[in-house]
Amino acid sequence: MLEARSLAYRYGQQHPWLFYELDLRISPGEIVGISGPSGRGKSTLAKVLAGYLPPGRGSVMIDGRPMPSSGHCPVQLLFQHPELAVNPRWKVSNILREAEEPTPALLQDIGIELAWLDRYPHELSGGEMQRVCLARALGSGTRYLLCDEMTSMLDALTQVHIWRVVQDFAHGRGLGILVISHDKTLLARLCSRNINCFEGSAAHFEKSTSS
Amino acid sequence: MLAIQDLSIRFTSYTYGLRKKESCVVRGLDLSIAPGQVMAVIGQSGAGKSLLAHALLGILPRNARVEGRVFFKGQPLTPERLSSIRGREIALIPQSVTALNPLLRVGVQVARAARLSGISKKDVPTNVRHAFARYLLQKEITAWFPFQLSGGMARRVLTATATVGMADLILADEPTSGLDPITASETLGHLRELANTGKAVLLITHDLATALQVADMVTVFCSGTTVEVARADDFQGLCQLRHPYTRALWSALPANGFVGTMQPIEKSSNADGCPFHRCCNDQDAVCSQRVPELKRSGAGWVRCHHA
Repeated sequence: MLEARSLAYRYGQQHPWLFYELDLRISPGEIVGISGPSGRGKSTLAKVLAGYLPPGRGSVMIDGRPMPSSGHCPVQLLFQHPELAVNPRWKVSNILREAEEPTPALLQDIGIELAWLDRYPHELSGGEMQRVCLARALGSGTRYLLCDEMTSMLDALTQVHIWRVVQDFAHGRGLGILVISHDKTLLARLCSRNINCFEGSAAHFEKSTSS
Repeated sequence: MLAIQDLSIRFTSYTYGLRKKESCVVRGLDLSIAPGQVMAVIGQSGAGKSLLAHALLGILPRNARVEGRVFFKGQPLTPERLSSIRGREIALIPQSVTALNPLLRVGVQVARAARLSGISKKDVPTNVRHAFARYLLQKEITAWFPFQLSGGMARRVLTATATVGMADLILADEPTSGLDPITASETLGHLRELANTGKAVLLITHDLATALQVADMVTVFCSGTTVEVARADDFQGLCQLRHPYTRALWSALPANGFVGTMQPIEKSSNADGCPFHRCCNDQDAVCSQRVPELKRSGAGWVRCHHA
């Protein structure tokens, strides 16, 4: 169980809280959706959950214990812009090997062609790069996957293909998955439940801070 | 406004030592846009959509070779002519937010684009202010750096940068990806407005559903070539669509079934035959031997032996 307990975050003392007293639970094998307008802090929430940013208040727990501070992080984050998430001077084969050697079966499931391994990130399109990032994130220690607009750069056919892979992993390996997307029809197709904590105005976070 | 005939783009790269390899990424591409029209170019990632925009602007990397004829306002678009009108008459809304200079405040970047597009120094601040207001960016944001912007805001800044000038042809490369539906339809609304004032808009996107909101015509692009040209009205159901790939794309939309009736195709662009001959259900012997020609079909065009 990935759990956020009264989580709050803001970018500095003068800035308003992006989210405040936020509670969230994702069970293994469950696919949960989050939607909301841009600039509200959905991506920031994902970064806090994956340990990229320290929570302002509250905590992120895995099975009731705090996140491990070293080793393979069990919560992996996939970004909106994959080209910014990789080292531009590394070849794809090195990027894939960053955490651990990916199995050929995994590469095939995700649809990574062997011809890409010799290329640099700028020689792949956004969608191809996103598959590379997906393969890198699906290491053996990964238990939760946070997908921040993961397929917003992909065409409809590839999108279906990628989500089928992710759904299979969710069921087969019992991965818990958080899907952040603007596409409500997509969330309706994928998720067993949706969280709307970013739907209302940002005002209710500010209100709760003044009290 | 713009007519492209038989465009192809090749890349030369070194494989081992001084041995060179040439790969053809776009071939036999035909496209035309009239003033006042929004032409959507739909295609999977890696189909060469962005390369098309970059070829039109002459900003491909050095190892690229472009062949074919491009006419802009009836005149051939030569490299010399291109360098004088690039940014003035043709503007690009880039795909990646990395196109913004990370070390420069965004207001300065939009002002610079305005200055380069030929707006007098005196009018630049007004134009910048209007451009920011048009895309619902608050005044304070002019003083922000790109890293402070959210994905959606960065996208709106890029759109402001391209439309602050007087360009007649706007190449919008994925202007809506990563935006929430409200901001996305606003951005598309702005593109529609630009078209309604007589400008031509080339909307490059992978997102069929959003493109259909504003486009007049849709060019479906796959494996570096035009697969189908259809009116936006043809996308009501499967029966009006001419090509199997277009139909598969339509049924893969989350709103229309979310089924992958066709595998995303492998890019073996140097092989013989129709690029779909391995994954198409209607294929027969002729498909694996010959690349079909683009032929007229009703109000559109289609590249299939069986359409």
